[in-house]
Amino acid sequence: MNLRSERVRGWIWQVALLAAVAGLLAWLVGNTLENLAARGIQVGFGFLDQEAGFAISQTPVPYAPGDSYARALVIGLANTLIVSAIGIVAATLLGVVVGVARLAGNRLLAGLATAYVEAVRNVPLLLQLFVWYGILTEWLPPVRQAISLGGVVVMSQRGLRFAWPQAHAGWAVAGIALLVAIVLAFAWRYRAERRRDATGSAPPVLPVIAALLVALPLAAWWLAGAPMAIEYPVLRGFDHRGGIAMSPEFAALAIGLSTYTAGFIAEVVRAGLLSVDRGQVDAAKALGLSPGQRLRLVVMPQALRVIVPPLTNQYLNLTKNSSLAVAIGYPDLVSVANTTMNQTGQAIEAMAIVMAVYLTISLAIAAAMNLFEARTRLVER
Amino acid sequence: MTTPAPASPLPRPDRVSSRSSRPPRAGLPARIRQAFFASRRDTVLTLALLALIATVAPGLLDWLVLDAVWGPQPVAACEAARGQGACWAVVWEKFRVMMFATYPFEEQWRPGLAIAVLIALPVLSAWPRMWNPALPGVWVIGSLLAFWLMGGGFGLAKVPASQWGGLPVTLMLTIYGIGLAFPLALLLALGRRSGLPVLRALSITWIEVVRGVPLITVLFMASVMFALFMPAGFTIDQLLRAQVAIIVFVAAYLAEVIRGGLQAVPKGQYEAARALGLPYWRMMGLVILPQALRVAIPPIVNSFIALFKDTSLVVVIAIFDFAYAVKKSVETDVVWKKYFLEALLFSMLVYWIGCYAMSRYSRWLEQRSAQVR
Repeated sequence: MNLRSERVRGWIWQVALLAAVAGLLAWLVGNTLENLAARGIQVGFGFLDQEAGFAISQTPVPYAPGDSYARALVIGLANTLIVSAIGIVAATLLGVVVGVARLAGNRLLAGLATAYVEAVRNVPLLLQLFVWYGILTEWLPPVRQAISLGGVVVMSQRGLRFAWPQAHAGWAVAGIALLVAIVLAFAWRYRAERRRDATGSAPPVLPVIAALLVALPLAAWWLAGAPMAIEYPVLRGFDHRGGIAMSPEFAALAIGLSTYTAGFIAEVVRAGLLSVDRGQVDAAKALGLSPGQRLRLVVMPQALRVIVPPLTNQYLNLTKNSSLAVAIGYPDLVSVANTTMNQTGQAIEAMAIVMAVYLTISLAIAAAMNLFEARTRLVER
Repeated sequence: MTTPAPASPLPRPDRVSSRSSRPPRAGLPARIRQAFFASRRDTVLTLALLALIATVAPGLLDWLVLDAVWGPQPVAACEAARGQGACWAVVWEKFRVMMFATYPFEEQWRPGLAIAVLIALPVLSAWPRMWNPALPGVWVIGSLLAFWLMGGGFGLAKVPASQWGGLPVTLMLTIYGIGLAFPLALLLALGRRSGLPVLRALSITWIEVVRGVPLITVLFMASVMFALFMPAGFTIDQLLRAQVAIIVFVAAYLAEVIRGGLQAVPKGQYEAARALGLPYWRMMGLVILPQALRVAIPPIVNSFIALFKDTSLVVVIAIFDFAYAVKKSVETDVVWKKYFLEALLFSMLVYWIGCYAMSRYSRWLEQRSAQVR
């Protein structure tokens, strides 16, 4: 054994490091077990079956304080996913619009877009959430003087309420039809690409997909009895009833998350569009492609390769930032876990669950992104 | 915390060439026409946007400036202007609480001076002429001064860290969060790229686990679980725990930034250093890191911006940083409570100035390094 050899020294270092890490972990675990024993806290996930005993203000899945901690945590997770999903969609739409606007030839539009990005990105999200929450709870009128936009949207300190179609089997049928249409659309696109690769002439894709996505759900809805009834929010007792309700906490979090992240997405989109060589557009023009075709066939595919990785990062950030819900009282996963932790003293287990959930979400999204990247990677000569 | 995009060290040749081939500048009227009325669609758009601005701006200007209550005025003045103008008097009324929170009132000149020191240190370091071996010495002296001012001793009355609050706390969490995370991040980045499997696995685990969870969970861990991990009877201050949590968190993000810089160093540099017979640490210290860190400086500044904003999350473990001090200063006062929005807007302005200045600086650095090449 030669101690001067880099390989041998490398292994000695690594064994020492591993021993140090293992020693540290053992010390921490030993301390923790001792502390837990001293406080009379039982280690393990048995507490999940106990009665939670606290109410949750927004429950997408039926829940009562008599239910278990496990169920409460599931509600929290559902709330996290709901606000993240809505935030991601809204932030993407707003972000793309602002990002494209920043590159517009019109200096006024570009200037406004830049002002938006610089204003939103340079202020802590937490403060923005406080402001949105404050405006929604303090500045909106009390229930009796609620602001009503033609009865369709009602805004008061109790939150927002939207008119919504009355529950009817027809809507469910239409929803299923939409799913079927999406599957068919993918199948059609796949077939069209195969045809194009084989023969060189592609059947129309966009018109067919658009027709599928509109016609199929519409037909299903009509066949199922064409339900038209809309439920409007009405003041009854101390609050409005009917329609879809949105708590001020949820509204503040959704608005705050999406406007904040949109600022970052705008920069991602802008960088992506700028990354496409101007010669590509000139070449596409020389080939006689229309502006729409240029964007769709030449610019976008190249820009997307640059856009998607940082965009995924922004989606992950938004999902992680939704944990700021705890500061304004929206019952997301972290907030429910925090209550659980305070009530049961099972801090380690509760935090482990939260971290495991976020890690799973992060790894899943990262894996999906790697798949996308593999698919869109340039095939180089 | 946002992840900075990977650094791209080289200027894009196509944009440089397109800039140089731009036609000579036209006169002002032509430029205005080009900027705002280039086509019929642009004209319509410009007019529509101007109309929108004309409807929103006057009301906003009235509320923010013209009809607002400025200066140290009693709350009655704000009551009178309520609905028409902002109540900036709340900032005068609560200024000391916002800036210094629970710090003893008679001693507040000390955190005031500490703020000056804590701002002067990064501002000085931002100046490329200061990038010399004396800089770490300046930091040590400045930091000792700041901590002496805040904590006392040696002639000053002692103030325990549990009473610190306001802007100095935010600045400390940010500056020492990045500063102390940096050496750790350097090791993690090198570990992740090293050929030693155990080292690499440990580095990857740290980086990916931390980047996969929200900062809030790390802060909760520091706040709630730290006591469980330590031997019975061992306690450290809440503020220090938050600082440790931030360092652990930021190190993972910073490691990825540094790794981006390392990846930008051409392979030939490694090979040349190896061929010269340099051992690992001298190769890194003399050849690789100087090049890698130069590329990584702008994204490091971006991490600094992100952390400056993210320190506000210590609110959830009830540390009186600047954001929490501002929020509590109005929330706990029944008389001024109504003017929470003005107070929050003021704190937003403070954060905005800091972040905007840093982002301009980061862009300036990028352009500067592009020119040097």
